[in-house]
Amino acid sequence: MNKIFMSGNHTFGEAAIRAGCQCYFGYPITPQNELGEYMADHMRRENRVFIQSESETAAINMVIGAAATGARAMTSSSSPGISLKQEGISFLAGFELPAVIVNVMRGGPGLGNIAPAQGDYFQATRGGGHGDYRTPVFAPASVQEIADLTYNAFEVADRYRTPVMMLSDGMMGQMKEPVVFPEKIEKLPEKEWALKGRGDGPSRYLCSLILDALEMERHNWKLVRKYNEIEKNEMRYEEYMIDDAEIVVIAYGTTARIAKGAIKRVRKDGVRAGLLRPITLWPFPRRVLADLAGRVKQFIVFEMSTGQMLEDVQIAIEGNADITFHGRPGGVVPTPIEFARIIFREYQKVVKK
Amino acid sequence: MKLKNPWPKYYKKGVVTHYCPGCGHGIVHRLVAEVLEEMDLGKRAICVNPAGCAVLAYLYFDFDVIESAHGRGTAIATGVKRSRPDLFVFTYQGDGDLSAIGTAETIHSANRGENISVIFINNAVYGMTGGQLAPTTLIDMKTTTTPLGRDPKYDGYPVHITDIVARFPGVAYAERVAVDSPAGIRKTKKAIAAAFQTQVDGLGYSIIEVLSPCPTNWKMTPVDSFKWVAETMTTEFPLGVLTDKRSKKE
Repeated sequence: MNKIFMSGNHTFGEAAIRAGCQCYFGYPITPQNELGEYMADHMRRENRVFIQSESETAAINMVIGAAATGARAMTSSSSPGISLKQEGISFLAGFELPAVIVNVMRGGPGLGNIAPAQGDYFQATRGGGHGDYRTPVFAPASVQEIADLTYNAFEVADRYRTPVMMLSDGMMGQMKEPVVFPEKIEKLPEKEWALKGRGDGPSRYLCSLILDALEMERHNWKLVRKYNEIEKNEMRYEEYMIDDAEIVVIAYGTTARIAKGAIKRVRKDGVRAGLLRPITLWPFPRRVLADLAGRVKQFIVFEMSTGQMLEDVQIAIEGNADITFHGRPGGVVPTPIEFARIIFREYQKVVKK
Repeated sequence: MKLKNPWPKYYKKGVVTHYCPGCGHGIVHRLVAEVLEEMDLGKRAICVNPAGCAVLAYLYFDFDVIESAHGRGTAIATGVKRSRPDLFVFTYQGDGDLSAIGTAETIHSANRGENISVIFINNAVYGMTGGQLAPTTLIDMKTTTTPLGRDPKYDGYPVHITDIVARFPGVAYAERVAVDSPAGIRKTKKAIAAAFQTQVDGLGYSIIEVLSPCPTNWKMTPVDSFKWVAETMTTEFPLGVLTDKRSKKE
């Protein structure tokens, strides 16, 4: 396929359609409206399902219904709307139903604003809804990666029967970049477990209610075994100029892009800086970081929040290196010069040692 | 004369329900199973069961069932039906589920004219949680959260959600019935069949409100509770067809 110029929000939609998304349900919220609008046009044209629901809550429950029949289903929203979807995400986890949920993050808490932010990291990686579950989280850092990871999100969702979150932000959603879409998926996986009416076979049901505590415990541990498999097989990250680095930046999504620009800048001044960019926020590249901390003694965490991924970095590094945090919450997008100054300043500490 | 009373094909055998003596759920469950069998819909039926007393309905129904979060039944049913229009999709919900926490889902699925059916059990209380005030609780009726009786100035008035949705153009059939007597039970079965046929004919949303006894939470004997449905509940919620737009559709 040819390279085309497209916004992140439209790319989520086009990639989902090409990945075989049969049903999309959503509710308008800035800064992701273009995604719903794209689906309203293109899903209907392809004779697939698009519904503008009465609420985010209804949308995620429509996703549950469609996913229960075996359809590839998706919903999208931005931070306050994603909070409303948490009930449904917990049920998807309990039912073990696959679905893709896109969060184009904005400033918060509350209504916050409509500018790019990364304040939903805890919500995305710690479950968000109630109960003992995990959600794989993909964090694209370019429009091309939005396309690639959306395919991947549907695959992971189906393979493990789990809701998957795409964690993006207003910058990623609104930005236009060249993108080449992967081949259209023509054959979708068979889903033996899907409800399609009993036919001549035995009746089946999908439920998350397990009144017997011991049985519920067994279900919880069964989910954990699945999450362990996901941690083993699906963790992704990118290393950038890390081989000779004496100072390493950890950042994801939009912040990682800005950090790359900053690293290019300070490299010109002889600063040996590198970047480790988690592509999956859960599973988090914990072991990679732990290994890195054997050699690198200074890390910098950049986030458009007050420090959420920071905690995962702290857990991974276990006190074996110094961590400096710099965050810009509330919808403020930092600049490469701002990051470069901080990298340069922290590098002086490394050199002095 | 030999009584004809075979066990319904789509009702599990040898299972004892958890419902209290005199509860209306068992009756309506059976009616649903009978109608699905008579209309030959059981093989392609998917029921969305609620959070509430009927949360375990899938242990009794012998067709495919998906559980719903409290109130979200018709949103899930929308997802199922839109994804697979060839399936027969209905929800089975209580008054708290459908007309309190799920009001938005009820109103908007009805307004979209989703081609689904809704079986709405109205027993004027929250049953499973122990008899609290429901949107449908009658004025002056005592519940665990209206110990002095429902005071409309403080607690508001009974919600008539079926009357509300019956006004929507997308709602093809709405009827209120009561399982208060053998005649009422026969009428209820007819109403359920009418609703199901509405969906089979692709005419849109159908809803059957069933006034149903809850002796445990009403603190009455089963016999008194059936009488209370017939004599008291029907004064607040009159029985009858609330809308029938079936003939006007093509």
